[in-house]
Amino acid sequence: MRVAIIDYGSGNLRSATKAFERAAAESGTDAEIVLTGAADVVAGADRVVLPGVGAFADCRGGLAAVDGMDQALRHAVEEKTRPFLGICVGMQLMATRGLEKTVTPGFDWVSGDVKLIEPSDPDLKIPQIGWNTLTLKRPHPLFDGIKTGPDGLHAYFVHSYYLDAANDADVLAETDYGGPVTAVVVRENRAGTQFHPEKSQALGLALIANFLKWAP
Amino acid sequence: MTLKARIIPCLDVKDGRVVKGVNFVDLVDAGDPVESARIYDAAGADELCFLDITASSDNRDTIFDVVARTAEQCFMPLTVGGGVRTVSDIRKLLLAGADKVSINTTAVKNPEFVAEAADKFGNQCIVVSIDAKTVSADGEKARWEIFTHGGRTPTGIDAVEFARRVVDLGAGEIMLTSMDRDGTQKGYNIPLTRAVADAVTVPVIASGGVGNLDHLVEGVRDGHATAVLAASIFHFGTYTISEAKRHMADAGIAMRLDGAI
Repeated sequence: MRVAIIDYGSGNLRSATKAFERAAAESGTDAEIVLTGAADVVAGADRVVLPGVGAFADCRGGLAAVDGMDQALRHAVEEKTRPFLGICVGMQLMATRGLEKTVTPGFDWVSGDVKLIEPSDPDLKIPQIGWNTLTLKRPHPLFDGIKTGPDGLHAYFVHSYYLDAANDADVLAETDYGGPVTAVVVRENRAGTQFHPEKSQALGLALIANFLKWAP
Repeated sequence: MTLKARIIPCLDVKDGRVVKGVNFVDLVDAGDPVESARIYDAAGADELCFLDITASSDNRDTIFDVVARTAEQCFMPLTVGGGVRTVSDIRKLLLAGADKVSINTTAVKNPEFVAEAADKFGNQCIVVSIDAKTVSADGEKARWEIFTHGGRTPTGIDAVEFARRVVDLGAGEIMLTSMDRDGTQKGYNIPLTRAVADAVTVPVIASGGVGNLDHLVEGVRDGHATAVLAASIFHFGTYTISEAKRHMADAGIAMRLDGAI
């Protein structure tokens, strides 16, 4: 199995690559992890991962600037229905639109807009930086064996914007930051995490291992 | 609120080696920053900070290798600071595996650099590190001024005003070190920490002066910091990360306890 992590100049991808390699090794999954900026590699991959840090519009623009990458991504995910995982801004790009700085169209895989977090408690800081727990809204193979809830494992978040999904059914998990904030979305073969699994120690490696086995 | 307060051990790195070696029994090479990082990862530290204090420009590239090797083994957030002067410095650190980069002197000399960096890489990875010293006399309304060059050079810039300004320019987090307290083990400068934390909308990391676990509690409870940084109390093995977390949790601060071993 070949897993393509898309490299489009968005920040640190070394730790993402290493985390996938570690998760594959620890879970005994035979996976070749490829960090790639080549559209044909993404089009032919068995699983696709889209990381992303920075602003929505910059990430969208960076991805679009890679020759053929948009088409390759849509080919792999929409036509061949390969399992997809978006991380942080990579997850936000799954939305209909991003409203950070300017209005930017996303992939529209999950209906909704990416908006500034507005916590009910004005003392809460923006960005949300740090470790928070998850509330899982229904069982899902991505969370097999992972303890969630207030006493569960923590995930590492760094973000000022969140995906406000139009359909509750697309939201698999939320976190609480002065109100519910979308933490994980799943629709068909497409999943995305607002937090960074590659930085989330035990929870992160377990989730990555589950993604590598996921058969949507 | 379920976001947890963070404990951040900070390692001073010079020429690719840890200064003030970390004193753990199970450490093979106390001078290797990567090995120290691995220990803190396993111990449940919430983030890790490397401060590069390499003086010679010939050896400045050593930090990139340290960061790269750390990011390959530690799946926890890593902030790297020290000598960050250009967008290219930031890019190299992020590509090596840093999640956040802290900017100190350059932000003071040229605050617009913060805006440039935040525009390029996003606010979330730009930490502005502020070294402040009390300049008001006893009995006077407290005032704190930014000092550079390890606390030796006054700038005349008010610390609270500066913090507000760099946040407006795009800093995603403030790392605030009290130069009055740094190295004293007398605890954080709480009035300073609180004044800055209450003045800005972004998270503040308290730094400088930790000598015991109550000081960590005070940083969050009284100083309104959302993260606490400490060096020697952890490096010398005075307290473990999990002792610190339990102590803070017992004091009523929401902590992440699942990472600890």
